[in-house]
Amino acid sequence: MKHCLVVDDSAVIRKVARRILEALAFEVSEAEDGAQALDRCRLSMPEAVLLDWNMPVMDGYEFLKALRQLPGGDRPKVIFCTTENDVAHIAKALQAGADEYIMKPFDKDIVEAKFQEVGLV
Amino acid sequence: MTEADFDYLCTFVRARSGLALTPEKRYLLESRLQPLARTRGFETLAALVRALQAGGNGELEQAVVEAMTTNETFFFRDKTPFETLRNDIMPRLLEARAGSRSLRIWCAAASTGQEPYSLAMMLDQMGERLAGWRVEILGTDISTQALERARAGLYSQFEVQRGLPIQLLVRYFTQVGDQWQIAPQLRERVIFRPFNLLHDFSPLGTFDVVFCRNVLLYFDMALKADILARLGRQIAPDGCLFLGAAETVIGLGDEVEMHPTLRGVYVPRRRGATRAA
Ligand SMILES: C[S@@+](CC[C@H](N)C(=O)[O-])C[C@H]1O[C@@H](n2cnc3c(N)ncnc32)[C@H](O)[C@@H]1O
Repeated sequence: MKHCLVVDDSAVIRKVARRILEALAFEVSEAEDGAQALDRCRLSMPEAVLLDWNMPVMDGYEFLKALRQLPGGDRPKVIFCTTENDVAHIAKALQAGADEYIMKPFDKDIVEAKFQEVGLV
Repeated sequence: MTEADFDYLCTFVRARSGLALTPEKRYLLESRLQPLARTRGFETLAALVRALQAGGNGELEQAVVEAMTTNETFFFRDKTPFETLRNDIMPRLLEARAGSRSLRIWCAAASTGQEPYSLAMMLDQMGERLAGWRVEILGTDISTQALERARAGLYSQFEVQRGLPIQLLVRYFTQVGDQWQIAPQLRERVIFRPFNLLHDFSPLGTFDVVFCRNVLLYFDMALKADILARLGRQIAPDGCLFLGAAETVIGLGDEVEMHPTLRGVYVPRRRGATRAA
């Protein structure tokens, strides 16, 4: 089973994302901020990370840059999932090594389409 | 709605568009036409039917037909047809048309434009290989409302997130309020025109590639076969046809047939070739 780490400070979003991803046959784990997520990735690299931008402690952008420096950190497909819905943010995310980008609000079809885009569905 | 009114509407819609409405589609007909009746100032659906029967209101007739179309579509729908076109079909066509340096592509059910614009993006990404070529993309549909949206090239955040890779969004779209608009140079590449698939195709000329996807499924067998036969005659002998992922030509005559090796691709029957037994 493929493993997806959902990183978001909102428990509601994590729950919604978990439900969608489990229906797509992912094993899901959760983190509340970038620092927690980084710890999880050091333990074991997931195949995918669904990543919020604005979070306390360490935001999604900082997490992504740090992740890509870790050994094996280039492997996970990183999909932002954020309310930062402007071109400047999207471009910055892609530059930092994001693979895809979901603009909130999202639904099951969008998540599925984006995970297809990165070749995981 | 009375049985007679339902029958009248089914016959009317089928005659105008080919859309086959079965009795179980009754709810669909009511849910689509009720609001239309209201906005046109009819007290009831029955009153709208009377107005249609009285005749002479072409604009209302068109609105009824349009209300019954399903315009759902998305960018790079099903992906594979676009990949097959780019990787397998285009290289051969570029060779075959090296003399004229011109290609014609027809999206025969273009709806709100996602399909022809996906083609336009794909062609744009072929860059140098198409430098100096004239590639015409014609997008037609029976629904003038859908075509109006297509021409504007404005899509909701939801629409640009289904099937469109983020790199292409950044490259080819600009944000307009909470919507996204496709770049002018791509909008200029696609010609949108109202066209009914029940009508004669010959004025449109011959095409190298035809996309006729997810529209035949709304028609009955006889009409599907008729349209496929006529499409076959508009496609260059070395051209091809793409249908929707769930559509086939099996049992629908022999004017077009499956491509010998490429899945989901159809080709016109070789003219003068003897029919297979
Ligand atoms: C489901 S959409 C398909 C859009 C696109 N080809 C795709 O595959 O995503 C079907 C379209 O067919 C159009 N249509 C239905 N009957 C038609 C007819 N008789 N002539 C031309 N277009 C028709 C509808 O207006 C609608 O936009």
